[in-house]
Amino acid sequence: MNDRMIKEHVETLLKKDRRLDGRKLTEYRKPISVESGFIETAEGSARVIIGDTEVLVGVKMGVETPYPDTPNKGNLMVNAELTPLSSPEFESGPPGIQSIELARVIDRAIRESKFIDSEKLCIEEGEKVWSVMVDISPVNDAGNLFDAGALGAIAALKSARFPGYDGERVDYKKHTDKKLPLRKTPISVTVHKIGDKLIVDPISDEEKSSDARLTVVHREDGKMCALQKGGTMPLSSDDIAKMIDLGIEKGKELAKALE
Amino acid sequence: MTKLLKRMVNKMVYKRKDRKENETRPIEAKVGVIKNADGSAMFKIGKTTALAAVYGPRDLYPRFLSDPTKGILRVSYVMMPFAGAGDRVRPGPNRRSREIALVTEQALMPVIDLSEFPNSVVDVVIELPQTDAGTRCAGICAAAMALADAGIKMKDLISSVAVGCLNGTPVVDLSKEEEDLEGENADVPMAVISGSGEVTLLQLDGEVEKEHLLRAIEMGKEACKKIYDIQKNALKKKYGVEK
Repeated sequence: MNDRMIKEHVETLLKKDRRLDGRKLTEYRKPISVESGFIETAEGSARVIIGDTEVLVGVKMGVETPYPDTPNKGNLMVNAELTPLSSPEFESGPPGIQSIELARVIDRAIRESKFIDSEKLCIEEGEKVWSVMVDISPVNDAGNLFDAGALGAIAALKSARFPGYDGERVDYKKHTDKKLPLRKTPISVTVHKIGDKLIVDPISDEEKSSDARLTVVHREDGKMCALQKGGTMPLSSDDIAKMIDLGIEKGKELAKALE
Repeated sequence: MTKLLKRMVNKMVYKRKDRKENETRPIEAKVGVIKNADGSAMFKIGKTTALAAVYGPRDLYPRFLSDPTKGILRVSYVMMPFAGAGDRVRPGPNRRSREIALVTEQALMPVIDLSEFPNSVVDVVIELPQTDAGTRCAGICAAAMALADAGIKMKDLISSVAVGCLNGTPVVDLSKEEEDLEGENADVPMAVISGSGEVTLLQLDGEVEKEHLLRAIEMGKEACKKIYDIQKNALKKKYGVEK
């Protein structure tokens, strides 16, 4: 089936409030599992499974010079590699726009929610700060890498422990018990609009049929901290309000997987 | 004094504490770990973990790369950025990973028959979430299982292990600690066609006496027989065949 036929089929089903895999429109796939500390070579890690989608996230830490505009704050870097391992549609080569958007949206979820207390990552103002590098590697992309990746990044950061550091060099063989300085947890839910229906947690065929999406990041204290609209169709104010409400409602459910 | 001590230590015959010289680290193997792929497998030896996905046979673009007489095998080898024991590994191919992809391809090719698929490509994607020496060998073991899982016509499986010589002691499956030992050491990754015992990958880094090397290679072949059984059983497990 080509993409146009898939879209027609998805839309016909959605008109009857049905989905390709029999789920309700606002139902996440099962199982949702988050396993932390999965990778021993990383300072923090998580393996997230949502239905058939599987993502590995690793956190590496190092000591670097701070950026000139934030001399007393640690550095954060989020990167996603959509390599050909996880889908026949991904090709090797430099990161495409899809992986760049994915990484940047997850970066914003972590950065703008002030999840990491980055001032506590400062070792010597203007000279040395801890750098936190989050890498997202999908193993099987069956849809919704945005939410799976964000959930994995948050779980991996929660599981991270500082490596040894003697003031000069980082000793990766030494694992301390010291956790990252973290604050209130953000959670990311992406709502898709197909025709005039709103769904969450799309599988790949639904993602291809999506007219518009809105990634809604809110914090456990209820504050909104990041949004990203994607897709080529416009959204009305009414759509936006509904999508945000749905994102917050579903986020509470997703946050339970982190416990 | 320390120099003398160091020299004395170097002269000492290496003896393993946690396992026998001809013993590998614990191995786990699983077939069918990536749903999107046509074939896939996980191979874990010690902490070193390799995932392999096979996509194809499928059309090859750009067209000029294709072979009108048979399909081609295209291997990629990638360490996930958090897989290294030290600093973050920069993602994307580098000289090391491209060479490993090349020798992996050549290690697998002798048992693979792609004559039925002219102008096509079979992609083998190897990624390592966690590493602790022996990554190319783990990648080859996983790739061989994934190719079989994808139903690619194969004469046999390929099994692979690194052997070495540590201060004159031939050993099988070096750990990272052993790789980094001071003294006269060698690291020899090798791959073997299970049935015939022929070698399809052979590299050597280090210093070693010829006799010790040949002894180590024989030990590697024995270890590959055990690895072959593990690979075979993992395949049987997926397809519900009795042991």
